[in-house]
Amino acid sequence: MSARTLKLGFWTLGIVLILVGSWAWIDRWINGDRHTNYGSIVPWGLWVAAYIYFIGLSAGSFLVSSLVYVFNIKRFESVGRLALYSAVVTLILALLSISADLGHPFRAWHVLVYPNFRSPMAWMIWLYSAYFILLLLELWFVLRHDLVVGAGRPGWRARIYRILVFGSRDASPETLASDRQVVRVLATIGVPLAVMFHGGVGSLFGVVSSRPAWHGGLFPILFLVSALVSGGALLVLVSAIFQDGLRRNRETVQALATLVLGLLLFDLLLQVSETLVGFYGNEPDRVENLRLVYGGPYWWVFWVWQLGVGTVVPIALLALPRTRRNPAIAAAACGLIAIGFLAVRLNIVIPGLADEQLQGLTAAWHSARFSTDYVPSPMEFTFTAGLVGIGLVLFGIGEWFLPRPEETAAEEVASVSA
Amino acid sequence: MAEASPAHGAPAAVPELSEVTRRDVVGRLLKLGAVSLAAALASGASLAPLLHVTAAQGQAKPQRRYGMVIDTRRCVGCDACVAACKAENKTPPGVSYTVVLEQGLGERPDDRPLFMTKPCFHCEHPPCVPVCPVGATFKRSQDGIVVVDYDRCIGCRYCIVACPYQARYSDFAENYPAVAEHTPWASVPSPEYRQFRVRQEGRSPEGNVRKCTFCLHLQDENGEYDKAAGRWPACAKTCTGKAIHFGDLNDPNSEVSQLLKERQAIRLKEELGTEPNVYYLL
Repeated sequence: MSARTLKLGFWTLGIVLILVGSWAWIDRWINGDRHTNYGSIVPWGLWVAAYIYFIGLSAGSFLVSSLVYVFNIKRFESVGRLALYSAVVTLILALLSISADLGHPFRAWHVLVYPNFRSPMAWMIWLYSAYFILLLLELWFVLRHDLVVGAGRPGWRARIYRILVFGSRDASPETLASDRQVVRVLATIGVPLAVMFHGGVGSLFGVVSSRPAWHGGLFPILFLVSALVSGGALLVLVSAIFQDGLRRNRETVQALATLVLGLLLFDLLLQVSETLVGFYGNEPDRVENLRLVYGGPYWWVFWVWQLGVGTVVPIALLALPRTRRNPAIAAAACGLIAIGFLAVRLNIVIPGLADEQLQGLTAAWHSARFSTDYVPSPMEFTFTAGLVGIGLVLFGIGEWFLPRPEETAAEEVASVSA
Repeated sequence: MAEASPAHGAPAAVPELSEVTRRDVVGRLLKLGAVSLAAALASGASLAPLLHVTAAQGQAKPQRRYGMVIDTRRCVGCDACVAACKAENKTPPGVSYTVVLEQGLGERPDDRPLFMTKPCFHCEHPPCVPVCPVGATFKRSQDGIVVVDYDRCIGCRYCIVACPYQARYSDFAENYPAVAEHTPWASVPSPEYRQFRVRQEGRSPEGNVRKCTFCLHLQDENGEYDKAAGRWPACAKTCTGKAIHFGDLNDPNSEVSQLLKERQAIRLKEELGTEPNVYYLL
């Protein structure tokens, strides 16, 4: 299959998913939450799981980019801007997902004018708003030089560059150096910010003492580690596909995949710890939540999707001597990890809620909204598929539009020799 | 609370009973609606803002502390409280501010089940309140009732997740046929919070979280209820077995305070430190 066919397939898939998802969008804005399947016992469903998944990808990608822009590790330099772009795209998907989930999305601004400083959710929102702004600024400063240089070229891409430079025309080495300084400062502020906001997502779950599956100090840490694994894994996949990446980023892909493997094993350790301690403690609600994950109606989400596809197969591919030196296989393995983490998120949100808080509740009141059984509705599924489509298209646009450093270098050489 | 013993042997009749009750509710609502509207218009001339937005924490003790003492020996599981609550607050499908739990008491020789109606417990330390990102739900300083400001709530449902007693419900904009088909009933307002909202597509409380308010719209301007005049929480007023006792727990002479003195009461999930203001007598 040629690269051209692959590209065509990628765009087609993205656009088809968006078209499918737009039906769910329209339904959401006309009918509100009516055609969703969550209720008052399982109040958070697929959309919240998708939200913590995407926002984890964003935080993870961003933290990997800090290896380049804060810690100055040359080995990862070629994927730094891609990591930032990936963080922007996945953050947009996360915000779209959670905005549909809110009963009154157009009141989201209330969190700014009616702040509740005791709410972990409020802190999370403030922090990721700041993070979003910082992310856009940092990406702009990373790209500015290349955009200015590229703006002189003919074609559509250059036209967009001319808009995006916001009047900046200076391509001198001095300005480039000062850009790098700014990036360094922004990235350094960004690290604690990303740790706090994604730790905040974990705290949002961890502080709830009425939900034994979540309650505990390990949860924010688990969220951060999971973010690093999933965000790093997505970055490996994207940097292998993106702009002829497998050839250009061969070494980086390999090195990053090894890092992801290490992080995945650490994540696994934390999960095993949570599980064993939970089962051994034998606290009924806690055990019931674990039972729902491992032996509930969606046992396969754990055993097949999370453990098989997302953990065992990629660990084997990344560790076995026959396959581990092949960057294409490493990229595929990391793709599996990235897909597997959606199951991790589902297994946190849904089994953690799908338990009666008091015995006999669901028998006391018969309503589809008052049930421990939750399967996402077709509208919820298509909405989330639409988000994936938006993600594909945004990555496709980035592929086409993000400046390639070697183009800039070639142009600069040309202008010097002229 | 019979947490330890599983609720086995829930009779097959229970679902049918509830189905009948629900259908019955719609009928009753239709009849009661007109009466309520008239009453609302008569009494609601002054739409006194009942939502005093004050953070309860760290303030002077509330003057009143409304609560309930529910006698499980008197509860027969008739679900009249559920129907009365629906009629009073005009809650949509899927939202019921109280439900009647049935606990099989397992090893008891008489095999008598235990019924318990479960409104919001209006906890002293409500876990639902601090989590709200916009401070839309709070405990009123004057009487300890936990309320939701429908116009501020963004519908994130974090409070539902945080409540250990499942006392909160999300309004999914669903309607009973009488409302959905735009019968005259559809224009009858709910007296909740004395805001008299008529159900309107896309408008609050659709998309909001809702909960029991101890029917605070029946309080007078001094924040007092009057049992004799019928201004009393609908579930307690209607209870066929007189199992639901309501009153001010800060008043040592109130019925609820007396009952707590005389009888052995329990509260649910004490280990969470929520200190519910609803007690059960076993």
